[in-house]
Amino acid sequence: MKEQLNLNFEEAIKRLEEIVKKLESDNLSLDESLKLFKEGIELSDYCNRKLDEAERQINIVLKGSNGELIETEFNFEEE
Amino acid sequence: MDSVIFSVSQLTKYIKEIFDYDDVLNDVIVKGEISNFKLHSSGHMYFTLKDNDAKIRCVLFKGYSSKLKFIPEDGMSVIAYGCVTVYERDGQYQLYCRKLEPEGYGSLYLAFEKLKEKLDKEGLFSEERKKKLPIFPRKIGVVTSSTGAVIRDIINVSTRRFSGVKIILYPAKVQGEGAAETIVEGIKYFNSRDDIDVIIIGRGGGSIEELWAFNEEIVARAIYDSKIPIISAVGHETDYTISDFVADVRASTPSHAAEMAVPRFDELKFKINSYQETLYKCLNNKIKKDLLYLGSLHQRLMNYSPNNIILQNMQYLDNLRNKLEHTVLQKLTTSQSQVELLKTKLLNIGSNVVLERRSNFSVLVGKMDALSPLKILKRGYAFVEKDEGIVKSVNELDIGDDIILHFCDGNVKCNVLEKMEVNL
Repeated sequence: MKEQLNLNFEEAIKRLEEIVKKLESDNLSLDESLKLFKEGIELSDYCNRKLDEAERQINIVLKGSNGELIETEFNFEEE
Repeated sequence: MDSVIFSVSQLTKYIKEIFDYDDVLNDVIVKGEISNFKLHSSGHMYFTLKDNDAKIRCVLFKGYSSKLKFIPEDGMSVIAYGCVTVYERDGQYQLYCRKLEPEGYGSLYLAFEKLKEKLDKEGLFSEERKKKLPIFPRKIGVVTSSTGAVIRDIINVSTRRFSGVKIILYPAKVQGEGAAETIVEGIKYFNSRDDIDVIIIGRGGGSIEELWAFNEEIVARAIYDSKIPIISAVGHETDYTISDFVADVRASTPSHAAEMAVPRFDELKFKINSYQETLYKCLNNKIKKDLLYLGSLHQRLMNYSPNNIILQNMQYLDNLRNKLEHTVLQKLTTSQSQVELLKTKLLNIGSNVVLERRSNFSVLVGKMDALSPLKILKRGYAFVEKDEGIVKSVNELDIGDDIILHFCDGNVKCNVLEKMEVNL
């Protein structure tokens, strides 16, 4: 699971797809299958968690007094 | 010389024909400033084009005026395409316009085509260079005006599809002086960060001048140089700009851009969950298959176990024994049935003999009965006894002998009185 923390969502999904394909191809040892299965479940949990964790956030980039660009919350009026 | 006298109509008609057969007047492009502009309730437009020294009356009929991308007004410099002919009733020649463009449009269009060709040759539009959009962007950078419908549409559509989306707006000038520069800055700014997954650049619909910033070479090159995938969403469905061609993806509208950038939350969820299901299924199948195989191997192994060999031999033995018993038993039953058969035959013969004897006996009895002396006596005969012997002839008797006459139901003592011989 540790190495997966470095994966972004796309990489995780891609790896998950790979694992599913590999498992479906079916000429793996039981040990390999179990290992892949475990990794796959961890990846899908991770993807699900990433989706659930995401929060809406709308920011705007503004020029500070010294010309530096600062990101602040964008108070956007919704209808 | 005879002077021909024309009627006004004839003359006007003659003049009109001269106009109509003239190649230049039939297809003419005129540059001028609009004055006396009038939009009639019928939809036709009437105006005058003028420059410093001359004027010409113009008309733009409804069929053409409805296609204009701008509203003409007095003082506007335009280029008119059409033909010049005579309006007979007023005796006026007029320019009948087919198309009207604000002046400068033509040069812009030319510049657009030129730049497009140049960048195309350089390979800026090449498909191989185009980056794929991420499946699940965490942060979307938007380069557009901080006011107006574009950013609102993008935020609305994005959050509707996936409430967890993060949007960062880089406020840019999207038209007028310096617009291209701010768009470039925006693209560069997002590229300087490492957390932006996709960039949307865009603005709402407008005239070619209003959209022009997106046709600038610096914008095109900034898009091309961007490491982050860019969606270009400029104007309406029908508007095409250089940035649309360079961008990795062209969206017809800003809302469409948001739809392309942001995945639908439920679809993603569904995808992940179906993968998870497949994982379980695969593993289950694998285990089931392995178990099955293990079972068959076990079976094969058991076939060769000593125990099995003993059992098999025992069974063979049992079989042999069964066969043996069976044969013996069969022989026994055959003999038994033979004995039975003989027995019945014998019995049959025996009973026949008895029956025969019995019937012979009854015949004899009958015969004996018929011969019984008693029976004869009953018929009225009697026999004579003398000195305890039966007298069978008259010669055995003498007169005066005592004899006993035997009847069937008793005897009488008699004395012989007379002898009469009968010759039979």
